[in-house]
Amino acid sequence: MTDFIDIGSVTDIPVQGARIVRTAHGDIAVFHTASGHFYAVDEYLEGKAGPLSNGIQHGEKVTDPMRNWVFDLATGEAQGADEGCVGTYEMKVEGGRLLLSSAAIAGRVAAE
Amino acid sequence: MTQKLIIIGAGMATGRALEQLIEADPNAYDVTLFNAEPRGNYNRIMLSPVLSGEKTYEEIVTHSAEWYEENGVTCRFGERVASVDRARKVVIAENGDELPYDKLMFGTGSNPFIIPMPGHDLEGVIAYRDLEDTELMMSMNETNKVVVIGGGLLGLEAAAGMAARGVDVTVVHIMGHLMERQLDEAAGYLLRKALVDKGITVRCQANSKQILGENGKVRALQLDDGTELPCDLLVMAVGIRPNVKLAQDIGLAVGKGIHVDDQMLTSDADILAVGECVEHDGAIFGLVAPLYDQAKVAAKTLLDKPATFVQREISTKLKVTGCDLFSAGDFAEGEDREDIVFRDPARGVYRRLVLQSNKVIGAVMYGDTADSNWFFGLIKEATDVSDMRDTLIFGPAYQGGTPMDPLAAVAALPDDAEICGCNGISKGQIIAAINGGADTLDAVKATSKAGSSCGSCVGLVTQVLGVTLGDEFKMPEKETICKCSDLSHDDVRKLIIAKELKSIPHVMQDLDWKSPGGCHVCRPALNYYLVCAWPGEEVDDGKSRFINERVHANIQKDGTYSVVPRMLGGITTPKELRAIADVADKFKVPTVKVTGGQRIDLLGVKKEDLPAIWYDLGEAGMMSGQAYAKGLRTVKTCVGSDHCRFGTQDSTGLGIKIESEMWGAWSPHKFKLAVSGCPRNCAESTCKDLGIICVDSGYQILVGGAAGLDLLEAELLVTVATEEEAIEVSSAFYQLYREGAQYLHRPYKWIAKVGLDWVKEQVADDLENRAALAERFRYSQKFYQVDPWAERARKGVDSHEFTPLADFTKVAAE
Repeated sequence: MTDFIDIGSVTDIPVQGARIVRTAHGDIAVFHTASGHFYAVDEYLEGKAGPLSNGIQHGEKVTDPMRNWVFDLATGEAQGADEGCVGTYEMKVEGGRLLLSSAAIAGRVAAE
Repeated sequence: MTQKLIIIGAGMATGRALEQLIEADPNAYDVTLFNAEPRGNYNRIMLSPVLSGEKTYEEIVTHSAEWYEENGVTCRFGERVASVDRARKVVIAENGDELPYDKLMFGTGSNPFIIPMPGHDLEGVIAYRDLEDTELMMSMNETNKVVVIGGGLLGLEAAAGMAARGVDVTVVHIMGHLMERQLDEAAGYLLRKALVDKGITVRCQANSKQILGENGKVRALQLDDGTELPCDLLVMAVGIRPNVKLAQDIGLAVGKGIHVDDQMLTSDADILAVGECVEHDGAIFGLVAPLYDQAKVAAKTLLDKPATFVQREISTKLKVTGCDLFSAGDFAEGEDREDIVFRDPARGVYRRLVLQSNKVIGAVMYGDTADSNWFFGLIKEATDVSDMRDTLIFGPAYQGGTPMDPLAAVAALPDDAEICGCNGISKGQIIAAINGGADTLDAVKATSKAGSSCGSCVGLVTQVLGVTLGDEFKMPEKETICKCSDLSHDDVRKLIIAKELKSIPHVMQDLDWKSPGGCHVCRPALNYYLVCAWPGEEVDDGKSRFINERVHANIQKDGTYSVVPRMLGGITTPKELRAIADVADKFKVPTVKVTGGQRIDLLGVKKEDLPAIWYDLGEAGMMSGQAYAKGLRTVKTCVGSDHCRFGTQDSTGLGIKIESEMWGAWSPHKFKLAVSGCPRNCAESTCKDLGIICVDSGYQILVGGAAGLDLLEAELLVTVATEEEAIEVSSAFYQLYREGAQYLHRPYKWIAKVGLDWVKEQVADDLENRAALAERFRYSQKFYQVDPWAERARKGVDSHEFTPLADFTKVAAE
């Protein structure tokens, strides 16, 4: 059973916008796509891409503002010729609240 | 031997189960039917047509009193069940009656979810669930205002039904577009447009704060931004919760709903449950199709016949007259998924299919849903569609046919639409020329003059040739804006104006975009074209801008930002320098550098600190230098006749005047100017987008210089005698470039395309046109000369861009 932590309201992130959640072990970017879905992925792909919350979103993808890599928000995979994958985290929406899996925060601590 | 069956709840699922049971074996059970509502079974999903006046209540009754009587069903309507004693197998009614049962069936349905915000218990706050709610809504008329919270299926049906009665209805929806669970953004946009046309006000991404009342009755809904929406009735249609109270009280296994197995049996083998109150394999149900499946299975289980309930794909249609939409399956984008999108702007049709492994897994349709069942069949049966892929989107009638015409957008233009702006030539005039024998582009240019000036409309003229001549005309290859469209930059710009398109979804719909939401290449370009075409109208979409323009600072390689305040003409003061030094200290700015554009760059600023730095700089009278913008950057100057012994004119003063006139403007790419006081050219005017060199007799204006990836010397546009003329020519040239150049083309690239001679005609020779261009520029500046830093530092604009959503670093540290 996954535990979830309330990180804010759905209206805190405009449609096609993104914001970050700070954790002790790096930032997580939370995206609100045009289709109304929410995704949580790592803000940086170390040495290769990021900060992804600053990118332009299109569909369920985001384009990295620095090198134009395109990432699939659901899988974290880089698209096209680029190779790499950012971590993705489980999240859900309940009663207008955004819930992020506590593993996204605590799991990273445990990984240290 | 006849057994006793008691059913709790006369809804659509239990009604169907009862029908099936009686049809299969009328004598198997002696049935008693309890219902809390004082009536029997009616078709609840048809309440919307009742509300809008298209049907009457009588027409939607599924089982009449006679039906129950004929089939020997004992009805206890208007009575609740107080409890069930499972050990003794008796149902205890509200009045204390005890009724024994052999089998018991729960059909307790669901309760509408009422947001527990302040004021939810006021009179006049209702859900949309039963006939009473419907009747209350039907009592509203032209003199009433109603707010509906919830832009889902039910909320929109309620809104449309009341709007049809002349009620002033506002829909408040928390998400970014309507029916986000069933529709993608493009279809949501079309739906919104149709509802607005019906006179309904739609507010998306609106968070309700509280309901305000007066004498215990609802008066208005207040949003969290403080807006008050007055209303006489407030309808909450934000979802349903399975009604599990009784089941829970008597100890049945309950999760989100009453747990049932594939035979619709609860944790008690003598108790079944069907409908919206059940939870099967983790899912709950709100649409009618799976409910009917459950009813069928429950009837068989009651007769000891084998049957299994299987969850299947469901589809949705909105029951609002004039809004044909359909959605089924899964239409989220994914890496291994492909989209096929079809748009017919003239008819307002949008269709999107989502394919995975050569199978259709989702479909969204708007405007023409005639083929929806065919597509739904492909989804349900997981048909392999590889063979019909090319024509799939057109529906069953087109299988084996040829794909649609890519010239649709131009074909749909009216004859009076202007194609060639330079010469004022309409589509009709071009067609007349073609019909008069001009069957090549050159012939059209020669006979109608269309496309013979700046040439930016050549793409459209060619398409008119294609549309008019059909197969006789071979379309040349052209460069498209990006892979999302078949149109070139020039085509898109002209069509935005000809068709008065004013939002990105609108452009994508009307110009037949091939991807559902565009990409990082076309979105910023479209946004600029809209910003340029419609000054003063709220067309700017920050989410389609590159990060630097979104947060008004330049992102650096480590994710920090740089801050460059404007210094008009490169002139500053001790007070400004002190303020810059103070913020550099206060915010521990690691690098302070003088730029090539004669101002000061603070590098290495944290994103969260930006608004605070801007606030401090604003206190000292400084504003954004827009060093991040595809827009007006700097006007570099030399000291000129004030100090320099060679200076012929006041170059610094002119530079300040020009920059004061032009700051804040957006353009296809950055735009840099310089004013030098004499031909020694200390301000380097000869390599700028627009450079002025002062001479004794006046001002030489040079354009199209470059000193970046390309090195080009600016060429003389015109020489003028006065400062006023120099300012007007500068504005007119900038506006001509703003209106004509392709996004991300600097002026030199644009001039190479249209020719310097044509630019001279427009700005130097035709004085009337020069004045008109300058006037359009001034008009546009009224709206864009706003300091974006002040708006963010003082008015909290876009505050979400600068602060984290949540911070767990401290929590983790403890």
